[in-house]
Amino acid sequence: MSVLVYTESDKGKFKKNALEVASYAHKVAQELGTNVTAVTINADDDASLGNYGVSKVLKVTNDQLDTFNAKAYANTIAQGAEAEGAKVIIISSSADTKFLGPILTAKLNAGYVPNVVAAPDSTSPFVVKRTAFSNKGFAHTEISSETKIVGVSNNAYGVHENTVSASVESFSPTLGDSDFTTKSIEIDKVVGKATIADADVVVSGGRGLKGPENWGMIEELAEVLGAATACSKPVSDLGWRSHGEHVGQTGKPVASNLYIAIGISGAIQHLAGVSASKTKVVINNDPEAPFFKAADYGIVGDAFEVVPKLIEKLKEFKAQNA
Amino acid sequence: MKILVCISSVPDTTSKINFAEGDTKFDTNGVQFVINPNDEFGLTRAMWFKEKQGAAVHVATVGGAQTEPTIRKALAIGADEAIRINAEPTDGFFVARQLAEVVKNGGYDLVIAGRESIDYNGGMVPGILATLLDMNFVNTCIGLEVDDSGATAMREIDGGKETISTSLPLVVGGQKGLVEESDLRIPNMRGIMMARKKALNVVEPIDAPKLTNDQKFEKPAAKGPVKLVDAENVGELVNLLHNEAKVI
Ligand SMILES: Cc1cc2nc3c(=O)[nH]c(=O)nc-3n(C[C@H](O)[C@H](O)[C@H](O)COP(=O)(O)OP(=O)(O)OC[C@H]3O[C@@H](n4cnc5c(N)ncnc54)[C@H](O)[C@@H]3O)c2cc1C
Repeated sequence: MSVLVYTESDKGKFKKNALEVASYAHKVAQELGTNVTAVTINADDDASLGNYGVSKVLKVTNDQLDTFNAKAYANTIAQGAEAEGAKVIIISSSADTKFLGPILTAKLNAGYVPNVVAAPDSTSPFVVKRTAFSNKGFAHTEISSETKIVGVSNNAYGVHENTVSASVESFSPTLGDSDFTTKSIEIDKVVGKATIADADVVVSGGRGLKGPENWGMIEELAEVLGAATACSKPVSDLGWRSHGEHVGQTGKPVASNLYIAIGISGAIQHLAGVSASKTKVVINNDPEAPFFKAADYGIVGDAFEVVPKLIEKLKEFKAQNA
Repeated sequence: MKILVCISSVPDTTSKINFAEGDTKFDTNGVQFVINPNDEFGLTRAMWFKEKQGAAVHVATVGGAQTEPTIRKALAIGADEAIRINAEPTDGFFVARQLAEVVKNGGYDLVIAGRESIDYNGGMVPGILATLLDMNFVNTCIGLEVDDSGATAMREIDGGKETISTSLPLVVGGQKGLVEESDLRIPNMRGIMMARKKALNVVEPIDAPKLTNDQKFEKPAAKGPVKLVDAENVGELVNLLHNEAKVI
């Protein structure tokens, strides 16, 4: 009856969200008076999950699963849940888990609530708080099915250390051709750069930057901060930046610790995507820009003057705090 | 090819969100309902298939009579037929069960749904639907080609994109990228007139359990005023981010 958690890894290494969902699973297990079992797929340092409250690892090693495949991964996790008799399953909110989540739900006939931002309100009945209306509201949702799946939003619960000793068992799911009817033929991924989904800091530019040739200072500011870069919708519609960087209601949600918006007006559809970020900074030459109402800190000024100064000051700050 | 586009009728993206009946219901007062933006990209891609490769395009929605203007708009844009499943769309599982019935009875080769609706943001209907029907599934789809030999879909992943090869029957969870924003269509007078003559079939729902239930809603806590820093004193912002917000 343990709580099952799927801990995602990339090239063998656990992602930050894996530690976050493990921490969340530990909290739920404590409330239910049980333990946490993790399913890992081709991960290296499985026992390290013990630092985040996982007491048992079902370790899957399978070359066929080297590349993410939603159906095969969902089937693997479902078999892990069945083997453990797990009735509560915790997953993250990465693009991959949001792909496999609904498949897992249908396989297990389980109620699934994604975008969960806090530990359960209660476990009997099982009620969780999630974002709704593109971050313009929250819902407290009861999961009434016997098996329950909770999708935890990135950066919402945080990583908490809870040291237990983790036993590692190998686990071999039964997979067949029908699990591999979709085939990955090419992955085009920016490597070595923070991605919007897991970045602690995001630097975002809007139409106020006038053109793609001016993105050098955005990239530089992001580099100084170890941040991911993002943009408003018109910027990607105009082809200045890729679609994958567009933040908002119809783009990506951002739940970073720090979001810096430069030359972005703060239209309601844009704000919907960033409201889960903890601290928001806006730089805009129009004091009436709606973003100032949603921001924590603001500078009214020309981005082309302010941003280079900010880069300089941050470099000084880094040198002093190195 | 026979295509079904799943349409969710959602509050217009500029809507202010309020709750009613002791915060247990979304307050529809004064709210304009539109085709869910993610579905609109899918509908437009379906129209492309219809015009370039030949396809019948049907649209389906799970909702009460009040959703009919939204699906009529899809007909005016060019869909051939519409189906409304006469039920309140209470949870993702319930909606997917209803749509699965339509897909089964209609013999569709391709089902395009939005990756999520912008109201409840569940993001689960396309995946549950595909799994219930044992159809192939690609989520967060930003590109789709279909020919006799199969389907090639591009999907957004964290930090990039992935190209996937698969076959029909296929369900995609679509979004912006399936077509360009500039290709989205506004119904013209002729389309609106023709839509009046097209079939809008109302079917009754099947029994399906609800596995989740929204008990209560709340709005985010009001925010304090912004702290402004003088443009001549950018160092102060660094100071505040370090000492006050503690984010750098
Ligand atoms: C259905 C729908 C869905 C949408 N979804 C999204 C979404 O997901 N995400 C999104 O972002 N938008 C979305 N939008 C678009 C949204 O309504 C706005 O049009 C968009 O966010 C505006 O982008 P912007 O702020 O970059 O551009 P603008 O509105 O043009 O604002 C540019 C800002 O830059 C400032 N500026 C100009 N020059 C300078 C300078 N030198 N220095 C500093 N500041 C300067 C201006 O004062 C202005 O505030 C959606 C719209 C619709 C209809």
